[in-house]
Amino acid sequence: MASVCFYFQVHQPWRVKRFRVFDIGKGGRYFDERSATNLNNERIFRKVAEKCYLPTNALMLKMLRAEPRFRVSYSLSGVFMEQMETFGDDVLESFRRLAKTGQVEFLAETYYHSLSFLYSPEEFDEQVRMHSEKLHTLFGVTPRVFRNTELIYNNDLAHAAQRLGFKGVIAEGADHVLGWQSPNFIYTPRGTTLALLLKNYKLSDDIAFRFGSRAWEEYPLTARKFAHWVNAVNGNGHTVNLFMDYETFGEHQWEDTGIFKFLEALPHEILKYPDNDFVTVSEAVERYEPVGELDVTNFVSWADTERDLSAWLSNEIQHDAISRLYELEPAVRASSDRRVLEDWRRLTTSDHFYYMCTKWWNDGDVHKYFNPYESPYDAFISYMNVLEDMKLRLGASEKVL
Amino acid sequence: MALRVLMFGWEFPPRSSGGLGVACFGLTRALAHEGVQVRFILPKRMEPEVTYMDFTFADIPDIVATGVNSMLYPYVTEERYLSQYQMLGQGIYGSTLFEEVLAYAARAAAIAKLSSFDVIHAHDWLSFLAGIEAKRISGKPLIVHVHATEFDRTGGTGVNACVYDIERRGMQEADKIIAVSQWTKNIIIEHYGIPADKVEVVHNGVEEQDFRRLPSELDVWKAQGKKIVLFHGRVTLQKGPDYFLRTARRVLEFYPQAVFIVSGIGDMLPQMVREAVHLGISDKVFFVGALWDEERDRMYQAADVVMMPSVSEPFGIVPLEALANGAPVLISKQSGVSEVLSHALKSDFWDTDEMANKIISILKNKSLQSTLRSNGNREASAVTWSKAATKVVGLYQGLVAIH
Repeated sequence: MASVCFYFQVHQPWRVKRFRVFDIGKGGRYFDERSATNLNNERIFRKVAEKCYLPTNALMLKMLRAEPRFRVSYSLSGVFMEQMETFGDDVLESFRRLAKTGQVEFLAETYYHSLSFLYSPEEFDEQVRMHSEKLHTLFGVTPRVFRNTELIYNNDLAHAAQRLGFKGVIAEGADHVLGWQSPNFIYTPRGTTLALLLKNYKLSDDIAFRFGSRAWEEYPLTARKFAHWVNAVNGNGHTVNLFMDYETFGEHQWEDTGIFKFLEALPHEILKYPDNDFVTVSEAVERYEPVGELDVTNFVSWADTERDLSAWLSNEIQHDAISRLYELEPAVRASSDRRVLEDWRRLTTSDHFYYMCTKWWNDGDVHKYFNPYESPYDAFISYMNVLEDMKLRLGASEKVL
Repeated sequence: MALRVLMFGWEFPPRSSGGLGVACFGLTRALAHEGVQVRFILPKRMEPEVTYMDFTFADIPDIVATGVNSMLYPYVTEERYLSQYQMLGQGIYGSTLFEEVLAYAARAAAIAKLSSFDVIHAHDWLSFLAGIEAKRISGKPLIVHVHATEFDRTGGTGVNACVYDIERRGMQEADKIIAVSQWTKNIIIEHYGIPADKVEVVHNGVEEQDFRRLPSELDVWKAQGKKIVLFHGRVTLQKGPDYFLRTARRVLEFYPQAVFIVSGIGDMLPQMVREAVHLGISDKVFFVGALWDEERDRMYQAADVVMMPSVSEPFGIVPLEALANGAPVLISKQSGVSEVLSHALKSDFWDTDEMANKIISILKNKSLQSTLRSNGNREASAVTWSKAATKVVGLYQGLVAIH
């Protein structure tokens, strides 16, 4: 039996607008860029909504209705859900329709898509709780499986997930974690009773990264060929975990690559093999027994070829910015200003630190593609000016107290 | 058989007045490493301290009939040239810069007749006519190397028609044009009507081996917690010294511990001194004159940030030198060097608020300074003259093959 387990990440950060030294202490907001740049959150949201969220959700709904055995899982970050409420009733409605099919699962994560697990256990717990509440409010569901920001994972993260009451957790199936073992089985994280699902990065990246690449020897990738690869797992694996950003459909792989046609044809091709089916993450956890324990001491993630923390935390400006941010946490908590707390939490989103990454910056790779700032240094400068402004606000509210 | 190049320039270290001499030195040394034989023609007797190639001075009698007692100086305006000239009170070849250029060209023809070579390579407008003459006499292919155009020097207003004509004629007569950046290539295409496929971009470079750690400078200021912002370059319109001062004033409003150093001389110097007074920052701006070699490098090494706010900069070696010496840089987007540096702060030259914002951030945040320094240093060390020379040799070979 080979069960295909799709999980799509849906996330949009609140990008910090260009905030200059002259703006500090002037009472300006941080996330309300209105110009026709990529720092304008509404503009980006609407662009991605038109290219990806709306057409892909429509297609998914059609596929779920046409094929009762088809399943998908989503993780919607809390800040994505906020933006959906602010900029995209149509997108919210389309996700609600998907939820109603009963064939869709929503996963838990930190509300702010943050690195809080690395810096503040208290904040981490709170953001996970906030996220579950938000899911319940919008969709009436309670998540049972946890995924941490960008699949950042180690034993400690699994412990935290268990402590918070989840029964499963997902991670990157990186070679240096698995060694000779296969990502196509369920494992038990060391010292827990959880189920751990691992991304099959080879097959996932065939869709997410290589699909439209004419230089790839497998180009063009057809649903039939892909189903054949998936079926090859049959007999030496239980699940094929295809985890990727939802923006793969229509945004990273444009419509003209044929990505939507590929997706639409896939369930039929997969189900042509009688032993195959689709599962949500929870169904996989319930159905399959773990085959062994997995011991992961160092952090892994799904970012870059390194699959470690270096996309967010490799240079001095990243470390400086994030430690200054968390230095403010006690004062932010002590403050009675709910707006300051919300702004501070929006600044915990991992993307801010990703934008400051200088690794490969001059190679014009994905970091450049996904960076709304002119450079990592510009990202840092606005961010640090915002922190200065926040310090002034905290000082002001202390005086009021 | 080694490639033989007849090269026309007009300045060479140690007697340089700007980046051009530095560039000619860097390029010819790297060409020599590639096995190219360069004969470098200078308009008058100078004393270059290099041994890797032959120099010929157009004013040495045994080479040509009479020397060119030239005042050739690539950066002066006609007006300024005349006053210099009259001060000297002598002249063999006429009273204007353009007559000097013509005289140099005439000497070049004579030199070309007596030399054997495969390619002619002429640097910037003052040597273009010499290059054309050498081509006419010898029939060998000509490369003109554009380090700056009249549009850069004047900021686009008050372009001298005679200079422009010589530049354009050089570009037209050349078999190939080397532009020091895409920025310059675009100017050549747009303002001189040259087809794009005739112009090759060869970026300048630095060689890290030329720089070393030197004894520290300005320690007293540093002990007082002062932060040093450096401008190094000619004090002339093209380099944007006025934008430097306006940025300085804005920085000082928010960061009073900053001090600003202007290293360089030029036609705008008196005006800039007055401007510093006018802006009320004369106690924070220090004009230290033109610094060269180790003095210059010590200043780079002392700086917390080096600013190049050029209005129009064909390339701009200063940021590479600064990074090689461990100083982070803020450069204008209107520069060629911006094409090869990603680990630099960048701004439009006119946006003094944005430049101030960035300078303040770098002075306030050590992490920003050191990330820019280490990444920028690594990046600059890959922008080398040997890469440039490899490209140039490829162009030589292409032209020789056709001829």
